[in-house]
Amino acid sequence: MATAAHQAQAPTPSQTFFASLYEVASGERVRTCLQCGMCSGVCPFGYLMDFPPSRIITALRADVFEEVLATDTVWMCVSCYACTEVCPADIPVTAGLMTRAKEELLLAGNVPTELQGALENSQRYGNPQGESPRKRADWATGVEPAVTVLGRDKRPVDVLWFVGDYPSYHPRVQLTTKALARVLNALGIDFGILGPEENSDGDTQRLAGERGLFEMLAEKNGRVFGKYQFNEIITTDPHAYNALKNEYPALGISYPVRHYTQFLADQLDQLQPLLKQEVNATVTYHDPCYLGRANGVFDEPRALLEAIPGVKLVEMSHNHATSLCCGGGGGGMWLDGFQWEKAHARLSEWRVNEAVAAGANILATACPYEPPRFEDAIKTVKEAGVLVVKDIAELLAEAL
Amino acid sequence: MNIVVPVKLVPDLVEELTVDASGSALDTAWLRLIINEFDDHAIEQAILLKEQSGGQVVVVSPNAEGVEDMLFTASAKGADQLIKLNGDFEDGVNNHGLARALATLLRDLQPDLILTGVQAHNDLDGSLGPLLAQYLEMPYVGYVSGVTADSGKVVARKEYPGGLIAEMEVTLPAVLGIQAAEQPPRYVAISKVRQAMKTAAIDEQEAATLDPSGGPTVSRMYQPEATEQATMISGSEDEIAARIIDIFKESGVL
Ligand code: SF4
Ligand code: SF4
Repeated sequence: MATAAHQAQAPTPSQTFFASLYEVASGERVRTCLQCGMCSGVCPFGYLMDFPPSRIITALRADVFEEVLATDTVWMCVSCYACTEVCPADIPVTAGLMTRAKEELLLAGNVPTELQGALENSQRYGNPQGESPRKRADWATGVEPAVTVLGRDKRPVDVLWFVGDYPSYHPRVQLTTKALARVLNALGIDFGILGPEENSDGDTQRLAGERGLFEMLAEKNGRVFGKYQFNEIITTDPHAYNALKNEYPALGISYPVRHYTQFLADQLDQLQPLLKQEVNATVTYHDPCYLGRANGVFDEPRALLEAIPGVKLVEMSHNHATSLCCGGGGGGMWLDGFQWEKAHARLSEWRVNEAVAAGANILATACPYEPPRFEDAIKTVKEAGVLVVKDIAELLAEAL
Repeated sequence: MNIVVPVKLVPDLVEELTVDASGSALDTAWLRLIINEFDDHAIEQAILLKEQSGGQVVVVSPNAEGVEDMLFTASAKGADQLIKLNGDFEDGVNNHGLARALATLLRDLQPDLILTGVQAHNDLDGSLGPLLAQYLEMPYVGYVSGVTADSGKVVARKEYPGGLIAEMEVTLPAVLGIQAAEQPPRYVAISKVRQAMKTAAIDEQEAATLDPSGGPTVSRMYQPEATEQATMISGSEDEIAARIIDIFKESGVL
């Protein structure tokens, strides 16, 4: 590829970027790209990107990666794994190519202001919303029996519940958090939370290109985990589950972890008899990207929904591995204005339309990004009428 | 151009503020400090000027919890020299005292331009910029949102109410109170800040004994208290104005 004269010079941006991809797991597979364009075709925002995934690879091969760095449309990537799912050459498009491209943009200072605020807040307060860390466990006020906060109550627990940013602070998502606390209590689970000592899991910051921030947050969480005794971790947030399962171990932070839907599905024998109230509804389930495509958890959430008396489960046209992103991943949660300006469309609206078309009156979710996003979308989708968004934890709590 | 940016950390309003046992100061037990927002803009403006027309940027801050992180972040953004001013700042110092301490240091640095935030939410005795200008005998322009360098002088854009903008030529050396940099303060990746922590040095200087004279003495600090009494004044503008003057006279403030 490089001539002798070429080698004597400093490497070009394309060469440096290519080399850095090799450090990502299976990153060298980028060389095997067929340029079939399937990644760009399946990408929900691919049509708006100056350089959708396949074109980034074209630019790398043409040694003009600096042209990619000069545009800001990589920020349309919501890290949804749809491209990775379809790539016939098994290239780590999301985890490797797109995330590394965002890292380069971020290092070059090409960061939308909205995203900047969320990153600065995460660094300073340990949550992207810029809320007071001291108030992280405030959602638990009034929950009976009282939620154990490890730093305060100083006792070992069986299960450490990693609550997460939106479940801790977002007023809508706090309802889900309280519902999950009710379900855990009904099952008699011995659990505790970290409260003010918990920091953002950092996964979405990582996927938005801020690897250093991710590592900083992970190290903080790792230090806190090390202070307490517990047997396993459960998470409300699929992004936290993804981080703890797939990313933290490389930083030396390794604990058994399950998403709460896995944890509850594994106890279905005990849970099922408690689900006595009928929830008469046609429910459709939205597979969150970081539970479904990224981690292969498709059945457990559905098993929980089917255990609720009265629930009729229907599928949307995009389901399981073809699920559509809600638009919140990879920094999308903090780029709503930027993405709206470019797209004049919201991914959450497409999804709500699909739920309506499936004949559902409840759109069930298992990711804290979704209730606020889908509920906002319902307000703007005319046909959405009676559609209601419920986290699986809320539906379970209602059935108790 | 040698640009010096004096900045300070102020209480972060994300945490609720409480008054300490003395009843005349903030309780520092739970206080989190954050860079004064306008000072952050002053740093950005200084780095933009350096990028446009060369020179060097020195960021100076009185010591406080978190000051190193703030200075290293400034370095990662492009500041060339970092100075921490040690002194008796623990219990808070008023701007008169801070300006005197800074003036001594700034004289030695021989700046062409001093950029500082136009105000801070904990300024009790006026903002820092004009006091610095007074002690250093330099001209001052405040509420500046944009600066361009021109040999031996700068052009400062100052905003007036009603959307009016003035462009002023300012002879150097001078002090400018920055309201907003030409672009929002940039984001700097944590990896770059961590790198700066390894490579940049913080120069520690000792402040002389602080002289707070000229500033107010706080006799009582308290949360806003709801009052029971409110009077709505109606009438034409002239009638309302006349009534307000009467009220001031009745209460003895006029
Ligand atoms: S889908 Fe895979 S092989 Fe096809 S263009 Fe995209 S990266 Fe290349
Ligand atoms: S991860 Fe999703 S949004 Fe990002 S490039 Fe792939 S398909 Fe597009």
